[in-house]
Formats: sequence, C-alpha cells, structure tokens
Amino acid sequence: MMIRCEGLSKHFLMHIREGTRIEAFRDVSFQLAPGEFLGIGGPSGAGKSSLLKCLYRTYLPSRGNVWYEDANGRTCNVATADEHEVLRLRRQEIGYISQFFPVIPRVSALDTIANSMVARGFPREAGLQRARELLERLAIPRALWQMSPSTFSGGEKQRINIIHGVIAQPRLLFLDEPTASLDSRSASEAISLIRELKSQGTAMIGVFHDMNVLRSLSDAVLMLERAAPAKDEH
Amino acid sequence: MGDTAASPAPAPDAVILAVENLEKRYGPGCESCLALTGPDHSTNVCPRCGSVTALRLISFDLREGEILGVVGESGSGKSTLVQCIYFDLDATGGRMRFDGQNDAADVTRLPRIEKRRLRGRLMGMVYQNPMRGLRLDITSGANVAEKLLEAEVFHFSRIRGRAQSLLDRTEIPASYIDWPPRTLSGGMQQRIQIAKALANNPPLLLLDEVTSGLDVSVQARVLDLIRELQREMGISMIVVSHDMGVIRLLADRTLVMKNGGIVEQGLTDQILEDPQHPYTQLLVHSTL
Amino acid sequence: MTPADLLPASGPRRFNFAFLNEGAKREVRRALLKAVALPGHQVPFASPELPIARGWGTGGLQVTMSLIGPADVLKIIDQGCDGSVNAVNLRKLLVATTGVRTTSDSREATILQSRHRLPEIPLAAHQLAVLQVPLPEPLRLVEPSEVETRRMHSEADYARMWVSLYEDVVQNGAISLAAGYPCRVHGTYIMSPSPLPRWDLPLLDGAEHLTLLGAGREKRVYAVPPYTSVKPLEFEDLPFTVEDFGSAVCARCGSSGTFLDELYDEKTGAAFRVCSDSGFCDLVRAGVVPPKRKTAPAGRLAHG
Repeated sequence: MMIRCEGLSKHFLMHIREGTRIEAFRDVSFQLAPGEFLGIGGPSGAGKSSLLKCLYRTYLPSRGNVWYEDANGRTCNVATADEHEVLRLRRQEIGYISQFFPVIPRVSALDTIANSMVARGFPREAGLQRARELLERLAIPRALWQMSPSTFSGGEKQRINIIHGVIAQPRLLFLDEPTASLDSRSASEAISLIRELKSQGTAMIGVFHDMNVLRSLSDAVLMLERAAPAKDEH
Repeated sequence: MGDTAASPAPAPDAVILAVENLEKRYGPGCESCLALTGPDHSTNVCPRCGSVTALRLISFDLREGEILGVVGESGSGKSTLVQCIYFDLDATGGRMRFDGQNDAADVTRLPRIEKRRLRGRLMGMVYQNPMRGLRLDITSGANVAEKLLEAEVFHFSRIRGRAQSLLDRTEIPASYIDWPPRTLSGGMQQRIQIAKALANNPPLLLLDEVTSGLDVSVQARVLDLIRELQREMGISMIVVSHDMGVIRLLADRTLVMKNGGIVEQGLTDQILEDPQHPYTQLLVHSTL
Repeated sequence: MTPADLLPASGPRRFNFAFLNEGAKREVRRALLKAVALPGHQVPFASPELPIARGWGTGGLQVTMSLIGPADVLKIIDQGCDGSVNAVNLRKLLVATTGVRTTSDSREATILQSRHRLPEIPLAAHQLAVLQVPLPEPLRLVEPSEVETRRMHSEADYARMWVSLYEDVVQNGAISLAAGYPCRVHGTYIMSPSPLPRWDLPLLDGAEHLTLLGAGREKRVYAVPPYTSVKPLEFEDLPFTVEDFGSAVCARCGSSGTFLDELYDEKTGAAFRVCSDSGFCDLVRAGVVPPKRKTAPAGRLAHG
C-alpha cells in the first residue's frame, strides 16, 4: 500500500474575515497501491482541489492522517511530517500537475523539463534525451524547445507542465485537471502518457472535469459532496 | 502499514545554520521587554523601559541546499535578522551554530576576529543597496579580490582568474573587470555583489531584498542567476524579501516575521496558499 | 646662534643630558619597551616641545635622546649621507647636549639614526638603528580614519591594503611602491618601514640588531626586535624585488652592489652614480673595506 488516507478533513479559518470558518471537505478515507488510479469526482466547490493540496501538504489538513510509504519502505504521515521530509518526498517521489504552470522566465522549455529529472538524481544528458522524446510526442514544435515557456500559448504551457510532471516517473502523482486547457488531440496524447506511467507503477490521484476520462482512467472513484454552507463562528 | 523491511532512513541533510533564541535589543532592557513587545502586542518598543526589541526568540534551522525565505513588512526585523547572522550587527542574545562547529556559540561572546573568520569562510551577503556590499571606487575585479584576500588567498593569478570566472558566471562583460562598479548599472552592481559574495564558495548566501528597486526585467535576470547558482552549487540561502513573488520563486520554506518575532514558518506554498496565522493571512491576501 | 652657544663654557649645564628631562625620557622608553614587546605595533607617546620643528626628524630624535649615554658613539645620516643638512642639524643638537663622539664609519657607531637608508655594512647585534618616520600608518594609503586603521590592525583586517596592491599590479604589472613598502612584522602587524627604499628591506628581516622607529609629528614609536621576520607584502606568484641598477657602478669607489644615487656633473651635464651610503663609499676609497660587488638579483645580497 503506497498511500493511505484516514479521516482527512480540511477547513479554513479566515481571521481576516472575523474568523469565518469555511469547510473544504470532511472525513475522506481511501488507500492506494502502486499503479492504481483514484479519481476524485464531485460538483465544483466540493473540495476536490483542496483534497489534492492537502495530500501534497500545500494545505495543512485540519484532521486526519496521510500515511505514505516511501521508496525505502519507511512510512510517514505527510499531514504532520517535518517540512524537510516533505520537501524531500516532493523532490524525489511525489509529483503534482496542476492547471497552472509556474513559469520561470528565461529558462528554456527543454531545461525546465530536464531539470525535473536532474533533481531526482538522473544525469543531465539522460534528462535532455527523455525531454526531447516527450516534447516530440506531445507535438511541441522543435523551434520552441530552446525558448522560455513564458512566451507559449496556454495549451503549450500546459503540455510542458504535464511532461515536467511525468518525466521523472514519480511514485505518486497528483493531477488537478491536467488536460483542461488542451485540445482533444493533445489531451488524448497526454492521457496516453498518463496511462503509460500508470502501467509503470506510478500511483495516481486525479481530478478530471470530463467524467468519461475520469472513469476510464480510474480504478476507483471517490465522490465528494459539496460541504454544508459555512456557519459564521466567532 | 506496509510490512516490507524498512531500510535505514536517508541521512537528513546537514544543518548549515542553527539559530536559537536570537535576540537583538537596543537600549538597556528590562524584565518586561519580552512580555510587552512582539507580534501579539504589535510593537517593538517596551512601554516600561523604552528599549526596542528588534529581534525576539528567533529560532530556526537551515539545511544544506535549502533556500529559506523571510517575509515581513518594514519593522518586522527581517533585515536585522540577516545582519545579525552576518555579524554586521551584534546580537544581544542567543546562539548560532554553523556547519562544522560542534557547539552552538554564544554569539554575544564571540570576539570580533572570530566573527570575521566565520563570516569570511562560511557566508556571503548581498545587500539591497550595492553601496553597502561593494566598494564603488575600486574595480569590480578588486571587489571580488577583496573577499579572496580576506580569506588569505595571496596568489595574484589565482585571484585574477577566480574574479574573471565569477564575473563571467554572473554575466558581467569581461572588460568590466577593471572598471569601478560606480560606472555600471544597478542590475550589474547586484550581479557583481553576487560574484563577490560567492568568491570563497561559502556554504551560506544571504540575500537582503536584492531585487527591490530594480526594473522588472533586470530583476528577472538576477533572480534567474540566483536560481541557477543554487542549482549548480547546492548553496544554502536565506532570502529576505517583502515581495511574495520572489519568495515563491526562490524559497522552499519561509519564515513570516512581525515586530521582531516569527509568527509562522512552513513550506512556502503552504504559507502562501493556506496561511494559518492572522498576520500571514493579512500579508498574503494584501498581495496584488 | 646655535644651541651650543647657549651652553656656558663651564659651570652648571642649563640643559639635561640629551636635552629631554628624565621624565620625558622615561615616557619614551616605556613606550619603546611596549613597542619591542609588540613587534610592528605603533605605540603612542607623550612628546614635549623640542628645538627642532615637527617633520624634521623629531621622532627619531626623541628615541635617540631617550637612550643615548655618554659612552655612545653616534652616526646620523639622511639619504645615506652624513653631510646632508638635516643630519648635520640633528647631530649638532645631540652633540651640544651630550658631548658624545660621532663617526661616519657605521661599524664604529653604537647608535645609528637615519632617514631613508640603512648602511651597506649590516649592523651588528650591539648596534641600535633609529629610523625617522614621517607617516607611521601604512594603512593610511587606503583608509583616512585613524579610528578605523586602529581597528584594522587590532583585527588583522588587512584585506584593503592587499586590494590596493592588487590594483597596483593590474594597472602597472607589478607592485610599484618604491619607498615605505608595507611589511608584515613577526607574521602579525603590517608596518611602514619608514621611507627605506626596497633595497634595504631584506636587511631588516631577521637582523641581529634592534631597530626602533619614531614618528614625531604623529607621536608614535614602533620596533623590530632582533631576529624578527620582516616580510614585504607580496603575492605568491609575484615575488618582491629590490631596485636594479643594471651595470652601473659608483663613480667614487667602484662598487656595483650598493644602492646608488644618480647625480649630474654641473659642468658637462653628464649623469653619474655614487653610493648613497657616503660613509661606506669613504671606507672603500680609503682602502679600509673592499668595494661591494653585485651578486644575484633580488632578496638578500651577499656582503663583500
């Protein structure tokens, strides 16, 4: 079992709005083995992105545990683990593909992607080689490879984002609407990449707006309900 | 959980700097200073004795290869913090342990000559104002040479070679090595500062608002350089900024400071997207 | 009118021996002891009024006055020459107030007071060198503030001195300082060796004799004890060198291995060289010592 989530809940306490309490989601539990895909479904506002972010520790869970077993067989609770441990896991084992790609000006598309592999300990040449393969596969024109993605279109940026996320074969990958801004051809190519990664043993937790895609990828689907309207608490 | 045999835990990255209860006070101080000042009281000034507590109970670790961000508004103490670490200012209390030292030294007791040695060997500093970090009237090469000479490298061609390669690495045109920084642009002055700070390959680089006041494109270039250097050299950094964008770009973890104290520390993305402390929420949500 | 005229031919003297009163002498000697204990470190001292104006050798003068005794033999030179005006004035004052014997033969002197040169024949362990210093602070080159230069010495913070040497090499291809070349004494303090030319610095390094340096205007004394290292600042790959006079020889005594002054014949306008150390030159001409031959360049020279 790679990841086990127990009774995870998240609410926000907005001090700057007089202590308004906003609930994101409540009592989520699941477990996932290598190569399995857990789909997260539900209406908008149900907390799907918040759940992914809690699992990645971008949000601090309010309650519950996120047990993760790393490549060395050690288990830690991502919800409460030391920050350096979380950084290590993010660098080496856990990936996250969101809808928005944080573009770093002046770094070329090729380098941005290759660095993802270098960060995980692969030699630079191997990183560049694999980057080229995937750029080819997702039909990014060669002329753009040496340019910074800051000048790319939304769809191109997102394809870079996806490649960046999958290239180093993370053990666990979070996907938050990764194909939302892609045309259907790019989207299906990206999905086939994701499937390959899955077959290579990566566990995945993903949110897709397209329920058909979600169902076709997922081994199981977790449906979130919209949380009860927030009660003002002082 | 899993019953696979656990292999030994990977060694945690070395601690480059451990700071314990660092304090900087101006004035005589009294027993009430700590209790009546700080983030909860929204003041640095003690109502009893009038002393200013610029830093209070600052404790954190910096690991090898990590970039730590420090954010806060004016008066938060963030610049005071790096200046105390760099020994530009004398802390009035607390301990610091640098990588390679066995015990945390009581920084208030270190003799100045010892501070200078630690500083030359272990740290580089880049200031917001190049006038503080550079001598504007000697050449750029001489500025870098000064750091090497402080570390007792007394070989001219080695000094010259290192200055050339550092200035080259920071994208300063080769001919400017014999020009004084006074004649060069703000962005170039910052890059020369970076070259100088790196002269002795220090494990720790301190950056105090290094891009404030620079044009946006110039800023991007400097930040980019910092990222590349960090990746190449694995150097640990403390980045002070009031600009959340800079912090987001550079820092893995971040400290949030107010009135001399740390109100929150955590992963940078968590601080920016799920701030816990009221003040952090205020800061983050005020960002355009 | 000279000081000598003020002294009665007989009867009680109106000046203390060597002019300074004993209290003033003791003050200087205390400062000198401290200076000897801290090689190269500048020690301030309280200085009384003197009949010679500041800037004319009063530092060296007070050192000599504080130490000289009736049995001493005194040699005073300026630019290597016993006969230069300033040396003559200082000598007259000292002789008038002490009555000691003087000499131009450096081998006979027990106290040698000098500005700008050391004798060609190295001083022996029983001899004392007293050097006159206009600007005792070597760091003044890079830092105008006295408070700051004192801090720099106390923290061995000499990087800025080195930076100026670096800039010198960048601009001129080598360190171009001619006189007063900064030296590291006993591996600690950097000192200015007074206006000695580079030629004389190897003579200070590990010398058998004590060297005292006095700056009257700045009111500082400092010292190089016997057998103490004095290393001119140099880059490892650009070793310190002394002046090179090429194939020139002294027109008076024929030495090729001495520090030479360049003079011009008044009538013909032709240039010629003579030993700066006039006392040495006289000894060679008198046949008492052989002329000094030039040997390998740089660093210590063999003494003929």
